[in-house]
Amino acid sequence: MTQTSAPARRAKSGPPLRNEKSKQRRAEARTGYAFLLPWLLGFIVLTAGPMISSLYLSFTNYNLFEAPKWIGFDNYANLFQDDRFIQSVKVTLTYVVFGTPTKLLAALAIAMLLNSKRRGQGFYRSAFYVPSLIGASVSIAIVWKAMFGDAGPVDQILSFFGIGIGGWVGNPNMTMPMMILLTVWQFGAPMIIFLAGLKQVPAELYEAAEMDGAGWAKKFTSITLPMLSPVIFFNLLMETIHAFQIFASAFIISNGSGGPAGSTMFYTLYLYLRGFGDFRMGYASAMAWLLLIAIGIITLIFFKTSNNWVHYSGDEK
Amino acid sequence: MTTTALKTKTTAPETSIDRDPKSRTILGRSLKSLLFHGVSLALIVVVMYPAVWMVASSFKPSSEIVGNAAIWSSNFSFDNFVKAMDGIGGVSTLQFFGNSLFLAVGSVIGVVLSSTVTAYAFTRINFPGRQLFFTLMIVTLLLPFHVVIIPQYIIFQQLGLVDTYVPLLLGKFLGAEAFFVFLMVQFMRNLPRELDEAARIDGAGHVRIFVSIMLPLMKPSIITASIFSFIWSWNDFLGPLLYLNSPDKYPLPLALRLFVDQTQSSDYGAMIAMSVLALLPVLLFFLIFQRHIVEGVSTQGLKG
Repeated sequence: MTQTSAPARRAKSGPPLRNEKSKQRRAEARTGYAFLLPWLLGFIVLTAGPMISSLYLSFTNYNLFEAPKWIGFDNYANLFQDDRFIQSVKVTLTYVVFGTPTKLLAALAIAMLLNSKRRGQGFYRSAFYVPSLIGASVSIAIVWKAMFGDAGPVDQILSFFGIGIGGWVGNPNMTMPMMILLTVWQFGAPMIIFLAGLKQVPAELYEAAEMDGAGWAKKFTSITLPMLSPVIFFNLLMETIHAFQIFASAFIISNGSGGPAGSTMFYTLYLYLRGFGDFRMGYASAMAWLLLIAIGIITLIFFKTSNNWVHYSGDEK
Repeated sequence: MTTTALKTKTTAPETSIDRDPKSRTILGRSLKSLLFHGVSLALIVVVMYPAVWMVASSFKPSSEIVGNAAIWSSNFSFDNFVKAMDGIGGVSTLQFFGNSLFLAVGSVIGVVLSSTVTAYAFTRINFPGRQLFFTLMIVTLLLPFHVVIIPQYIIFQQLGLVDTYVPLLLGKFLGAEAFFVFLMVQFMRNLPRELDEAARIDGAGHVRIFVSIMLPLMKPSIITASIFSFIWSWNDFLGPLLYLNSPDKYPLPLALRLFVDQTQSSDYGAMIAMSVLALLPVLLFFLIFQRHIVEGVSTQGLKG
């Protein structure tokens, strides 16, 4: 019905006037903004506005009760004299630099193991994904703390194999491995993304390589890795940004103290303690902006270097 | 053994098991299959251990939890759950569940409404500045939440909205979770334009097209967005920690933290039982919507 009536109706009304066309365009624009309004409002009130005001606050002394006092770059200068801040940077960088690649390696290895048409593949995939779903929750943080505590199950199991570490939670040298294990445990989400990427690799490539006598190592480095590089790039970028923002687990495991000996004083935890514990909002805003700048620079580096190692096959977009 | 394991890995992608030229014999094939399942199952045991230990511990007396790596106990009972249901700070656990549910359902409604409407504007309507706003939306995808929490807190504090659910829900209704907007845009772009063009020629406006043509077609992505916004809201800790002060408004994660604070490690049993209860809806969701969740992760890169 629509197909036949539409051209007829258009023919009757004739070519629209120029004036009418621009009127239509304006009406279209109005509708567009009406649809965009909720997002635009949110963007201005909850994102752009707060970003600008936190930039301003970062140059002030502000405790929520008195008016902000302009102090120039003092907050930034003080940050670099603040031992706890330096500690939080160290802790977070250690976590990101060791945790993220380990997690992605585990994700890739298990994705390759699961990438077959064997029965049960779907079950394994789902089971491995469960930790990603619950890993960042308060519940798991509580369980982690119990498992890695003094004489906890982990210590027991390791002692059985002759490795006596004792409790991890109270040992400043072992809290970082414990936190990294918690993030590695959540390898399921990147694993699923890797699996989707592996499925896109044409089987002919492997067949051709095999005919040329390539072994598994050769096939891995010259087919799997390059073909997978866009997915590796995506996972690396997202997981890195994500890792910088770890909060709940560190908060629960250290009881909000970042201890023992500052070993779980993650960046966001220190930001929280400064901003909402001591109400040093200007100081915390300066921290927030440094975090933003750091993540911005890292993102930029990822994108700039991606030309050298990320391969997009010709027919994809 | 290691080399064969590696071989299974690399040869797996290119052929289905039935016609694998490398394992011509039935014996070779089943040996490979055995290896695959053996390795996978061993990994499952390691990966699942913390979750299984948690569930098992929730049925054990507190004295048997700490320092007990074993799963089995002869003293299984529901005592911990009975204690956990009592709640904390004079608020029953049922109330915490209700609060969590209210926040999660509110989030789902807000996210679905705002992300579909915004995606429609970005994909189907021509207006000046569209490209710029779209780019800004993409940039917010990478923006760390911590940059805006302090000014946001100040705004809500000045409006007298601290200790209400408004700060936790407003952003969902205003499309501040760019992930979901992006998800909807991706999905809507793949819907054939012929449908809405035909409706336009028939005289339907954007509102009509959006409501009666787009929304029904968006069902798969709406389901995905609902599942993830529910789970994210359910597990959220920082938001409620910042904004809620009175225990009777606490969602479960915050209640759990209160529990940890007040009982310390004296009552591990009830604490772990409550942790299990808090995770139960998420796991239930996963069992029901498994396919959607896995698909959402693999196609959109959504995180758990």
